[in-house]
Amino acid sequence: MATVSVASSVESRPQPSAPLVPKVKASGLSFYYGAFRALKELDLVVHENCVTALIGPSGCGKSTFLRCFNRMHDLYPGNRYEGEIRLYPDDINLLAPGVDPIEVRMRLSMVFQKPNPFPKSIFENVAYGLRVRGERSGRTLEGKVEAALRDAALWSEVKDRLHQLAFNLSGGQQQRLCIARALATDPELMLFDEPTSSLDPIATASIEELIADLKKKVTILIVTHNMQQAARVSDFTAYMYLGQLIEFGRTDELFIKPKNKQTEDYITGRFG
Amino acid sequence: MGVTEHISKAFEADLDATRTRVLQMGGLVEAQILAAIQAYASGDAVLIEQVIANDERVNGYEVAIDGACGQLLVRRQPAATDLRLVMAISKIVTDLERIGDEAEKIARMAKGIHEGGAHHAQRFPAIRHMAQIAVKMLRQALDAFARLDVASAAEVLKEDSAIDDEFRSVLRQLITYMMEDPRTISASLETVWVAKAVERIGDHAKNIAEQVIYIVKGTDVRHTSFADIERELSKE
Repeated sequence: MATVSVASSVESRPQPSAPLVPKVKASGLSFYYGAFRALKELDLVVHENCVTALIGPSGCGKSTFLRCFNRMHDLYPGNRYEGEIRLYPDDINLLAPGVDPIEVRMRLSMVFQKPNPFPKSIFENVAYGLRVRGERSGRTLEGKVEAALRDAALWSEVKDRLHQLAFNLSGGQQQRLCIARALATDPELMLFDEPTSSLDPIATASIEELIADLKKKVTILIVTHNMQQAARVSDFTAYMYLGQLIEFGRTDELFIKPKNKQTEDYITGRFG
Repeated sequence: MGVTEHISKAFEADLDATRTRVLQMGGLVEAQILAAIQAYASGDAVLIEQVIANDERVNGYEVAIDGACGQLLVRRQPAATDLRLVMAISKIVTDLERIGDEAEKIARMAKGIHEGGAHHAQRFPAIRHMAQIAVKMLRQALDAFARLDVASAAEVLKEDSAIDDEFRSVLRQLITYMMEDPRTISASLETVWVAKAVERIGDHAKNIAEQVIYIVKGTDVRHTSFADIERELSKE
């Protein structure tokens, strides 16, 4: 349409200037908890250095979907995947039987709903993943732990008590510690499963701020029940219902002008 | 627009109440235009004062409805069609308030014209005709808003050129008057301002219709040619 174009500074969100590059691509993804089919032939592309939010009512399969990426479902017998999730640029299928789930988890990391630090010191929590990978040099560990804590916006608050127990931190700090722990191993994709649902608004704001910062380095996929949060932090939003992907689009558009009636009903609170 | 109701009955009720108040305000504004035009033609001093006094009520509606929109935003964080509705209402009430101002302006000019003893005004039916088009546009825009009817809103946009044509024709006639009889210049100029006020009412009605299209389609059609709007609306 021949509308007058206004300076892009008034747009709601700066669009990524770089062309979109796929980081992971799920195609024809179905997932079974035993006989129950929890995901039904999902197709979704997560773009590199973007935040993609997954929204939908409880039980729609958001978390199930997220957990497919790092093969968490492998831990329980009877679970089964169909279809594929390809990780780029090397184009490997994360779900292929030949792919070691441990290898997968090395490249992806996950932050859960409740902060779950290990019963160890702040330092050891962040160093853990590095140690598992065989990092022995104390100097390297110190450097990487500091970098991860800085990236998680926690360094200034904990630098003088790195050897205290992580449980002494507040809920919001514990969650940022978990993010630091997830960042320490330089993941390519970070999965957030409702990272702020147990936090107060201030701690929530700092995690959201962090997510906005982190996307310069990593690709982020976040499950959230809070639609305002999805609208605030994400570049793309996917609406899921009953194990299906109903709508996927730019967050800017999806919350103002969704294409699908079901999406519209859900985000306007008409879902019944 | 779906028929599904919000899970929150209170939200549904708040939205409904706000929508209803917009329509009430629209009804008042429409009555103001009709009364102002009537007063312009008849010079009825009581009617003139009534229109001027009633503008306070129009202003009151604007403030109250805008306040309600603020409450809806802060309490409900509306999305999608609800968000578009609230945003549009906030703009629509501005247009309605401006229409109210135009009606008041017409009443004040009627006062000037009649107190000045000019008497050719009542012989000027073109203004009345223009006003009829403007009122029809406003009524249709409000009706389109009430029923969320895009086709009806599009007709209002089309109508706007008719009122612009009327305005130019009124202007030509008045220029003729003034040339024929310079004693009518003063009153004719007042009449030009009345015609201009009516023409502005048409513009505001058009703005309201554009907001109806935004609510329903999510497309911002302001500053867009009618041909482009039609093309956009034909896409489904």
